[in-house]
Amino acid sequence: MGEKISTREAYGRALEEFGADEKIYVFDSDLKSCTMTAYFAEKYPSRFFNMGIAEANMVDVAAGMASCGATALVHTFAMFAAGRVYDQVRNSVAYPGLNVKVVGSHAGLTVGEDGATHQCIEDIGLMRTMPGMTVVVPCDGHETRLAVKAVLEYKGPCYVRTGRCALDNVTDRFADYQFELGKGIRLTNGKDVTIIACGLMVQESLKAAKLLEAEGIHARVIDMHTIKPIDRELILAAAEETGAIVTAEEHNVIGGLGGAVAEVLSTARPTPLEIVGVKDCFGHSGHPEELLRHFGLAPEDVAAAAKRAMARK
Amino acid sequence: MEEMKKRYLERMSAQIRKTALETIQTAGSGHIGGSFSIAEILSVLYFDKMQVDPADPKRENRDRFVISKGHCSPAVYTTLALRGFFPAEHLKTFREITSDLSGHVEMHVPGVDMSTGSLGQGLSVALGMALYGKCKGYQNHVYCVLGDGEIQEGQVWEAAMAAGFYKADNLIAVVDNNKLQLDGALDEVMSPYPIGDKFKAFGWKVLEADGHDVEQLSAAFDLAKKSKGQPVMIVADTVKGKGVSVFENQVRFHGGHPTKEEFETAYRELNEQLAGLEGQR
Repeated sequence: MGEKISTREAYGRALEEFGADEKIYVFDSDLKSCTMTAYFAEKYPSRFFNMGIAEANMVDVAAGMASCGATALVHTFAMFAAGRVYDQVRNSVAYPGLNVKVVGSHAGLTVGEDGATHQCIEDIGLMRTMPGMTVVVPCDGHETRLAVKAVLEYKGPCYVRTGRCALDNVTDRFADYQFELGKGIRLTNGKDVTIIACGLMVQESLKAAKLLEAEGIHARVIDMHTIKPIDRELILAAAEETGAIVTAEEHNVIGGLGGAVAEVLSTARPTPLEIVGVKDCFGHSGHPEELLRHFGLAPEDVAAAAKRAMARK
Repeated sequence: MEEMKKRYLERMSAQIRKTALETIQTAGSGHIGGSFSIAEILSVLYFDKMQVDPADPKRENRDRFVISKGHCSPAVYTTLALRGFFPAEHLKTFREITSDLSGHVEMHVPGVDMSTGSLGQGLSVALGMALYGKCKGYQNHVYCVLGDGEIQEGQVWEAAMAAGFYKADNLIAVVDNNKLQLDGALDEVMSPYPIGDKFKAFGWKVLEADGHDVEQLSAAFDLAKKSKGQPVMIVADTVKGKGVSVFENQVRFHGGHPTKEEFETAYRELNEQLAGLEGQR
């Protein structure tokens, strides 16, 4: 299991680890000790630019650099990365197809005590509706490191979502685990129901699977780290083999992972689906764990949704 | 400036206007006012100052150009065609569904360095290109043309702050101060004045020029290229719709389409200008 580590911390370490490539330029908006670009900044100061609290300018300066051949990475909280600079990302990054990686940290409810203004629950939806954008939501430190490597190797616009809280590493305990952009990972192999999750809800879903196991229900858990392009084959195979699907995400139930899975199922293989997420309401201040429970994202909630989906078979 | 070069740049300015108008007429729409106000600026940049090569449009250390007011595509595409980046014949496909020449400027068109259209973003992009040039040790310059109405966008001032802070002295911007925007006169809609003082406050070197005088523009660009430690803003005094009596200072021609009679007047006047400049060759 090892140390608990947040995906933003793992991100920062990975960016430093893979940062030797001279094409990489990193931008932050006065948040380097939060988004954890501070490690890169320390090691490669000539390729790090602090742009101050001016996210729109940051995104487009990065786009300008990318237009010259750079791999440019911009960093701010998910709230601002997806919301405040939507137009800049859409028109100056996604539309021209530039190699800019937009990294939104502190996503979802588990920002915690800072409250609703900083709890972005819309970013997956906002970013995935943008043509040409790849959307990645790593679930733990181990996966984040591999996601950073893959995103740096991929040439084109990406949105990467990281979180504030320290989490257990769960993906490193699966022997055949392999990370590839656009390919979800089957972590457990149940036949009764499938739970498709991203971000920290992957480990909550593994806990849910244990709860279900105690009741004799064998749940398949899929780590869907890439929301776009979504892994259709894996979803359709799960639908065929288990007949009921639950999605779990730290995001609004509208437009996120649940939406992406619903789009696949409803058009290719209608299957009972339950979407676990924030029920189209704003967050609140509170302790992260308390918030997940309050907003219905606890393992018990995922397990209950699994049973509802199964009942609809 | 040599008389011959002056006449050449004036001729190219008139040619940009005439070809841009033909392009707009064929397409059935397009922005005349702001295209005509930047004809001399584009002429001086593309036919004198900028180190670009139509045979090698992607050369890494080339000078770069960002038209932040991306709706002035008729002038930009026309300039690129006249400069040899693609055949002028291709301009006839402007705004067609199968053409790469869209309503706003796009970077997959040969010679275009950045897609623009959403106002307020180009100066930041140009700053990114300038910083990249500095990191790489290029000796190039990055040019950016902004609309005067466009600088109402807050992002322009984020870029102004950052360019001053990072001492991007290879960044040369021009504000096309034609004094009109879509809804009317700038100082009636939302005054951005004084323009120069604001950029000065952010650490820029600020120059002024008559935006329709190729000699003044040329001198300003030459001075700008010598800047050390400061980005340069050239506030260009221009006339929206410049060069055609019925277009000049008319808000309607921000994006509006001329009547048949107005087209006739425009071609007559532009042809007269061209003939006059040819005669002095």
